[in-house]
Amino acid sequence: MLVFVANRLLTVVPVLAVVAVVVFLMLRLTPGDPAAAIAGDSATAEQVAEIRSKLGLDQPIVAQFVIWAGRTMRGDLGESFFFKKPVTALIAQRIEPTLSLATTTIILAVLIAVPLGVLAAYRHGGVLDRCLMGFSVLGFSVPVFVIGYLLIYIFAIKIHWLPVQGYRRIGEDFGDWAYHLVLPSLTLAVIYVALIARMTRASVIEVLTEDYIRTARAKGLTRRAVLVRHALRNAAVPIVTVIGIGITLLIGGVVVTESVFNIPGLGRLTVDAVLARDYPVIQAIILLFSYAYVQINLVIDLAYSFFDPRIRF
Amino acid sequence: MTIEVDRPQSITRLVGFSDPDREVWARVLRHPSVAIGASIVLLLVLVAILAPVLGTVDPKAIDPAYRNRSPGSVHVITAPDGQQTTRTFLMGADTLGRDVYSRVIYGSRVSLIVGITVALISTSVGLAIGLLAGYLRWVDVVVMRVMDGLMAIPGILLAIGLVAVWGAGLATVVLAIAVPEIPRVVRLVRSLVLTIREEPYVEAAIAAGTPTPLILIRHVMPNTLGPMIVQGTFVCASAILIEAILSFLGIGIPTDIPTWGNIMAEGRQLFRVYPHTILFPGIFVAITVLAVNMLGDGLRDALDPRTKSP
Repeated sequence: MLVFVANRLLTVVPVLAVVAVVVFLMLRLTPGDPAAAIAGDSATAEQVAEIRSKLGLDQPIVAQFVIWAGRTMRGDLGESFFFKKPVTALIAQRIEPTLSLATTTIILAVLIAVPLGVLAAYRHGGVLDRCLMGFSVLGFSVPVFVIGYLLIYIFAIKIHWLPVQGYRRIGEDFGDWAYHLVLPSLTLAVIYVALIARMTRASVIEVLTEDYIRTARAKGLTRRAVLVRHALRNAAVPIVTVIGIGITLLIGGVVVTESVFNIPGLGRLTVDAVLARDYPVIQAIILLFSYAYVQINLVIDLAYSFFDPRIRF
Repeated sequence: MTIEVDRPQSITRLVGFSDPDREVWARVLRHPSVAIGASIVLLLVLVAILAPVLGTVDPKAIDPAYRNRSPGSVHVITAPDGQQTTRTFLMGADTLGRDVYSRVIYGSRVSLIVGITVALISTSVGLAIGLLAGYLRWVDVVVMRVMDGLMAIPGILLAIGLVAVWGAGLATVVLAIAVPEIPRVVRLVRSLVLTIREEPYVEAAIAAGTPTPLILIRHVMPNTLGPMIVQGTFVCASAILIEAILSFLGIGIPTDIPTWGNIMAEGRQLFRVYPHTILFPGIFVAITVLAVNMLGDGLRDALDPRTKSP
C-alpha cells in the first residue's frame, strides 16, 4: 500500500516538471525579443534592457530556468507588468469567485448527472435514455457562452428571477452569493452534466449485466437498493475518474463563464492578462490550474485504492 | 471430374467478412448519424464556398444608418433619381450597421478552415510522433512523459497562452488550438501501434528484413487510419468550438475578420436589447459542432463495431 502511494506520488513529479518547462518555454517562443515584447511598443532601449536584466534574460537559458523554477517553488511567481503587484497577491484576490463557481458547479453537476445517468441506464433504450444521449451530444456542441447568454436572456431579462451578471463575496452575504451563482453554475454545469451523465449511464449499464445484480434482484431487494447500493457503487470508479478528468473542461469553462457573467475571478484575470500581454500572470495561472488538475486527479486515484483494494496502478 | 470448391468469397461471407472495404463503406454511409452529420457538414461547406452568391453584402461594410437593426427589418432606400430599392436585414445589423446575415455566412469560412486545418495538423503530427513512440521503445519513455505533462495543462488555457505569446492571427490561432490536441492523438496512435506491432504480418515483415521505416509506413500506419479519421472529426469539432471561444473572449482571430466568435463578441455590449447578434452565430456554431460530432460518433460506431457505445 505504502509502496503504491509512494509510486503514485512519484508519477506526479515528471508531469509537473514538463508543465513547468512548457510554461517556462512559452515565453521564449515569442517571435523576437521577449523583453521587447513585454516592454511594449513605446518602450525605450533602456527600459527594454532593464526588463531583460530584471528577468535574467541575459543569462543562458538553462540558468534562467533553474532560477525561475526555484523562485516558483518558493511561491514567488513574479510581478504583474500590468497591475504592478506580486502575482501571488493578485491570484489570492481573485481565487474566491473561481473556487466558488467551480465547487458549486461540480456539486450541481453531480447531483443532476448521476441520478439521470442511473435512471437512463436502468431504462436503457427508453425515452429518458434517448433524451439524455441527445442532450449530452448537444451539451458538447453548444459553446458555453451561448448557453450563458441564453439563460441570462430567459431567467434574468425576460422573467427577472435572477441577476444578470456580477458576483457577491461569500463573506459579505451568503444568500446573495448563492443568488448570483445560480446562473453561472448552471451554465458551466451543462457540459459537465453531459460528460458525467454519459459516463454514469455507460458504467451502470455494464454493471447491470453482472451476476450479483441478478442475485440482488432475486433475493427481493427493492429497485432502489439494487440501483444505488449494488449498481452505482460498483460503477463508481469510472464515474469519479471522469469527474477528475473533466476538471480540464471545467477550467476552460470557468474562463468563459466568468467573462459572460462578469465574475472577477481567475478566468477574467486570464483574459485581462492576455489582452494586456501580462506574461507572468498568464504563466502563473496556467501553472496553478495545471497543478490543481494534477493534484485533484492524484487524490482521486489514491482514493480508489482505499475504497477498492483491487486497484493498483 | 471436377471438384466442387467453395469460392473464397462465399467462405468469407459465411464467416461474416465479405469484401472488407466495400462493406465498411456501405455500413458507414448507412449509419444514420453519419448520414445526417455528413449532409449538414456538406451543406455548410457549400454555404462557405458560395457565400458571395447567397444574397450577402460585404460583411465588413460599415453603415451607421443601419445600426442595431432587428432581424427581418426591411428598409426602403430611395436613390437620388427616385428609384426605390429595398434591403432586408434577415438577422438584423450590429452596432456598426454591418449585416449580421452576411457576417454569419462569411464566418462559416473561418470556422471550417480552422476546424479542418487543426484536425489535419494535429492528426498528422500526432500520427508521426505516435508511430515512433509506439514502435521504438527508447523514444516511447521520453515522448509519453512529455505528452502526459502537456495533457495536464487544460487545453483552452494552453491555447490562450500560446495565442498570447504568438499574437492573434488566423495561423497562430490554428497552431495554438492544434498543439493541445496533439498529445491525445499521440496517445491513441501509440496504443494502436502497441497492438499492431504484435500482429503476425508485422512479424513477417521483420523476418523478411523490411527496414523499420517501411514497416511503419506500409504495415502499421494503414491500420491506424480508421481510428485516426474518427479522432480527426472530434478534433475538428472541438477546434471550431475553441476558435469561437477565443474569438468571443477577444483573444482569437483579429476582430476585423468576420468569424462567429467575433460577431458574438461584438454582440455582448447590447445583448440585453439585441440578443440576435449572439443568437444567430451561436446557433450556427452549435449546429456545425453538433454535425461534426454526430459524424464522428457515427464513424466510430460504423468503423469499429466493437467499441460501439452501449
